[in-house]
Amino acid sequence: MTSAGEPLIEVRNLVKHFPITRGVIRQKKVGAVKAVDDVSFDVISGETLGIVGETGCGKSTTARLLVRLLEPTSGEVRFEGEDILKRKGSALKSLRREMQMIFQDPYSSLNPRKTIGSIIAEPYVIHGLEKGEGDRKKRVQELMDMVGLNPEHYNRYPHEFSGGQRQRIGVARALALGPKLLVADEPVSALDVSIQAQVLNLLRRLQSELGLTVIFIAHDLSVVRHMCDRVAVMYIGKIVELAPGEALYGFPRHPYTGALLSAVPMPDPVGSRRKRELLTGDVPSPANPPSACRFHTRCPKAQEICSQDEPPLEDKGAGTVAACHYPLTREEADSRLPAALTAVEANR
Amino acid sequence: MSTREFLLEVEELKVEFHTDDGIVHAVDGVSYTVKAGTTLGIVGESGSGKSVSALTTLGLTRSRRTRVSGRILFEGRDLLTLPDDELRAIRGDDIAMIFQDPLSSLHPFYKVGYQLMEAVLAHRDVSKGTARDRAIDLLELVGIPDPHRRVDAYPHEFSGGMRQRAMIAMALANEPKLLIADEPTTALDVTVQAQILALLDDLQQRLGMAVIIITHDLGVVAEIADEIAVMYAGRIVEHASTERIFATPQHPYTWGLLKSIPRLDTPRSEDLVPISGRPPSLINRPSGCHFHPRCPYVRAEHRRVDPKLQSVPGELGHEVACTLTAPVRTQIWQGLRAGQTPEELHRLVEDEAKPPVIAAAQPATDGGP
Repeated sequence: MTSAGEPLIEVRNLVKHFPITRGVIRQKKVGAVKAVDDVSFDVISGETLGIVGETGCGKSTTARLLVRLLEPTSGEVRFEGEDILKRKGSALKSLRREMQMIFQDPYSSLNPRKTIGSIIAEPYVIHGLEKGEGDRKKRVQELMDMVGLNPEHYNRYPHEFSGGQRQRIGVARALALGPKLLVADEPVSALDVSIQAQVLNLLRRLQSELGLTVIFIAHDLSVVRHMCDRVAVMYIGKIVELAPGEALYGFPRHPYTGALLSAVPMPDPVGSRRKRELLTGDVPSPANPPSACRFHTRCPKAQEICSQDEPPLEDKGAGTVAACHYPLTREEADSRLPAALTAVEANR
Repeated sequence: MSTREFLLEVEELKVEFHTDDGIVHAVDGVSYTVKAGTTLGIVGESGSGKSVSALTTLGLTRSRRTRVSGRILFEGRDLLTLPDDELRAIRGDDIAMIFQDPLSSLHPFYKVGYQLMEAVLAHRDVSKGTARDRAIDLLELVGIPDPHRRVDAYPHEFSGGMRQRAMIAMALANEPKLLIADEPTTALDVTVQAQILALLDDLQQRLGMAVIIITHDLGVVAEIADEIAVMYAGRIVEHASTERIFATPQHPYTWGLLKSIPRLDTPRSEDLVPISGRPPSLINRPSGCHFHPRCPYVRAEHRRVDPKLQSVPGELGHEVACTLTAPVRTQIWQGLRAGQTPEELHRLVEDEAKPPVIAAAQPATDGGP
């Protein structure tokens, strides 16, 4: 972390509702999928912010709203103090130089008919930079070298590369314009286990070398812990807990965070065969979320108030903010965490 | 059946696919056994042959362009030589399979209940009413709420976790003796994954099935398997009890897998140690040890010598296919655990290659390198 405290991005009351329509010709709106519903957080310059949650919790939608691949229903996103949701046309285009995205699937996010060189050079073409043919090629080869690709493979096509190498191509393309913010949406979940570490190490190295701010979205809690300084946990379109990594994994306060951590399978046959707290049922539909606290239908600690009053996201100590009327106590948190993890955190 | 020790015995199984590009050696001399009531975990990356070996057990790789050799004995009968109709009688009855992708494995046109009834009616001479009752029981067994109503739902009305449960229900329809689960939780969220694993564990205890679970996730096998076979390029490179695999792993590939995944219980500052390179082509396999192009502990002879699966001295039932000697392997693993890098540990491999000091002292005429 560099100059801590300075927020690069401030998100305030961000909302995205996707309309549900009936009828073919005259589409009538009959409801809305509340994919992101009143989300506020800051991303501090130079940090890696993780966003975790189950499928359909709105984590990818949040990321796409930040880089304006989707238009929000309402809310504010300030980038270096300026509300970027008002930007249009060329002002929006120049904004894209500051924020870039790495996608989940390295097989579908690269055009199969273009060479690697032209894929990585595409941002320069779009933004009219590095106009000289020689300069552009030199710059692209520098990028390839930086992400661990052989610069001589400039003229090869995506199918000649493995999944891990393709993801490196995606990283090189994202870094071409020297962005301040990198949004990585599940960057390793499509890769083989032995390859994942290559890409994770690369991202960590680049972040510290280039001083990037990274938003890292993943469903794998171990990967997020490894990568992120702070972690936001989302559940049906809302942030339920946001905390520094050590705090979140050492002392989760929201029962949902506790349940997620408890469910992670541990590659340790001695320690892992413990009695775990299992969530029952599935995530409720975001088109019709439960009232008040959205987790109350599955929460082991839910009381009557949880279905009537929505808990605000408030400070629970140690830098943690959580939205819960009855946050986990130390004992409850410990019983949910793998034994080995509590030991690690205690030794800090 | 009465005194047979193993429910399933796979001996020297080889599966080759003849393609336009050449022969794909998908499974290359694999042997393992499964006892009734136990769980075998098969771990490996995509293309390591783990799914093909399971599909072959059910005869699902039979085709003109496939060559299969070896033996797969199920209760003493060789499944490989069984005629199609006899195999069909076993498939879905004594041996059942859960596939990875629950959406594409259920037929979208038919109600879930109907598809469950079909599994029962194919093997049991019962009325449709009885089969329907059985379908409802099965849905209840796998924890689907409101089974009387859900039995008439279509697959698209189920969530991912519920579809996977329906797949498990279908596999359990005839109380199989052996359940093969191919990446049963890969497409699911951690919370649902934990539910499915707990369900499998519970059902196994109640029904006494043997389970083969195929996965790339070491966390999953640590939770559920009694024994683990690690596959690489169509072969088993290490095989031991779950405790041994995690406590004293012997193969460099297993070390690579263990050290390359971020874990909740290691310090965050610790760097991951990736396995370099990528999985090999199964058409033109590397010479010698198939893992040598990616192995950080490689020595010239490893490119020629093809190691066989051998017992690890002093560890009953632990087998490994590696040219390094057991003491060196133990030293390397201890080094890795202490946070040393493979580059630092390569020295141990070079030391091993030098002749012993005493032998070298006798003809000490040239100084050597």
